[in-house]
Amino acid sequence: MFEPFLIRAALAGIGLALAAGPLGCFVVWRRMAFFGDATAHAAILGVALALGFSVSIYAGTLGVALLMALTVSALAGRGWAIDTTLGVLAHSALAVGLVAISFVSGVRVDLEAYLFGDILAVSWNDVWLIWSGAALVLAGLAWRWPGLLTATLSEDLAQASGVNPGRERLVLTLALAVVVAVAIKVVGALLIAAMLIIPAAAARGFARTPERMAVFASLIGAAAVLAGLWASLRFDTPAGPSIVCAAAVVFALSAGFGGMRLRG
Amino acid sequence: MSLIEAHGLTVQLGGATVLEGVDLALEPGEIVTIVGPNGSGKSTLLRALLGIQPLASGKVTRKPGLRLGYVPQKLHIDGGLPLPVRRFLSLPRRHSAAEAATALAQVGMSGMEERQMLGLSGGQLQRVLLARALLEQPDLLILDEPTQGLDQPGEAAFYELIEKVRIETGCAILMVSHDLHVVMSASDRVICLNGHVCCQGTPHVVSNAPEYRALFGLGTRGALALYQHDHDHDHDHDHSHDPDAGQPRTREADHV
Repeated sequence: MFEPFLIRAALAGIGLALAAGPLGCFVVWRRMAFFGDATAHAAILGVALALGFSVSIYAGTLGVALLMALTVSALAGRGWAIDTTLGVLAHSALAVGLVAISFVSGVRVDLEAYLFGDILAVSWNDVWLIWSGAALVLAGLAWRWPGLLTATLSEDLAQASGVNPGRERLVLTLALAVVVAVAIKVVGALLIAAMLIIPAAAARGFARTPERMAVFASLIGAAAVLAGLWASLRFDTPAGPSIVCAAAVVFALSAGFGGMRLRG
Repeated sequence: MSLIEAHGLTVQLGGATVLEGVDLALEPGEIVTIVGPNGSGKSTLLRALLGIQPLASGKVTRKPGLRLGYVPQKLHIDGGLPLPVRRFLSLPRRHSAAEAATALAQVGMSGMEERQMLGLSGGQLQRVLLARALLEQPDLLILDEPTQGLDQPGEAAFYELIEKVRIETGCAILMVSHDLHVVMSASDRVICLNGHVCCQGTPHVVSNAPEYRALFGLGTRGALALYQHDHDHDHDHDHSHDPDAGQPRTREADHV
């Protein structure tokens, strides 16, 4: 009934959505919305380096994304607001990446493919990689959940309770780096950033505990993947942006539904 | 032995020396209040004792196995984070529903488990923060300006609550008071801080004097007291924290 390419696309998207849901909640709670962009933009530098040194694109993007995560962690608390740091790094990384790629002979970068990826072209290998990365990230978040949540709420409170907020921040940034690295080739920078922020923001309206918000965010993301793919097939629209549109619709519904409760 | 001891504690923030050579020791069961003007390093001292603030020099020694409860000055909760009181009480360590209910009852917040943290008033938030600290069964409870933002009856009620906690649990209490002169009457010791320990001693309890009752209103039921400053040195020599030095001097002159 379904084409294999469609099943692969759905599985890849759902894998990303499951990991991006809880991770996106932390991004929202910590006001790190730029982080997805920063890491995703850094990934193009990884692509350039991978091409230049003839290593796998995954290795290149993972290396640069991890470097970005460590830089963000190191710069945190040096006096700049986190959004400023992330903004500087996001734009710098994109610019350096584009400059670096111009040195690699015979390579032309398709910026649209980089922004939106091509989820309909994923291989079983890509699906396997995304699910491995997602499982790794979810296991890491589950393992550190109480500490992560306490450090997100208040670094002072965390430290007074024996939780090292710097270590929790590092766990979070590393998790983000892994998600970006495994997903960028197939779903693109814009879709990763969107899948981090939009389902988590949409889940806020329905959830009364942090845990439920994380689960709802995963479910909303997965539903958006399926709805977007269906719309893409039905109306012949580009798949990546259709998924983001579906997530945006859920957010709009949530804003209408939950807005009242938040204010009340 | 003392619960916690500080020796020659010196802290620098942004190149400025905020605390210099502070010596401090807290004994089991005592209530100590730190007063001092804005910028005198009160919160920094608490943060240094808690291990949150790195020291430039000096040393903090804790009794082995010391359990600390910390009530921060304020808690900003992001609007995007749904957090019921019950869940907050189990961060980062899980406590049973019965333990949480007991702690909430202790602070007069029974049945508030399912309320969202974001919907609490300032006084309710302070009580929930206190309940969370009590769940750690602390030997020492550290409170940073716990009554900031409360009105005078609210402040008095909170101080009564602290005193009750001390009687019930026997824990020592170290807190910062945002008012230079008004401290809790149950304090065993008041420490006046201005970058260094200016002076310390027992608070002069004057809650029965009608003129002070009039000054602080009848609603405080004697929970507030004035701390009579009795400086053993003058402040006319130069301090690194000089911009602030003028303020306490003029205010002290009011009641000397």
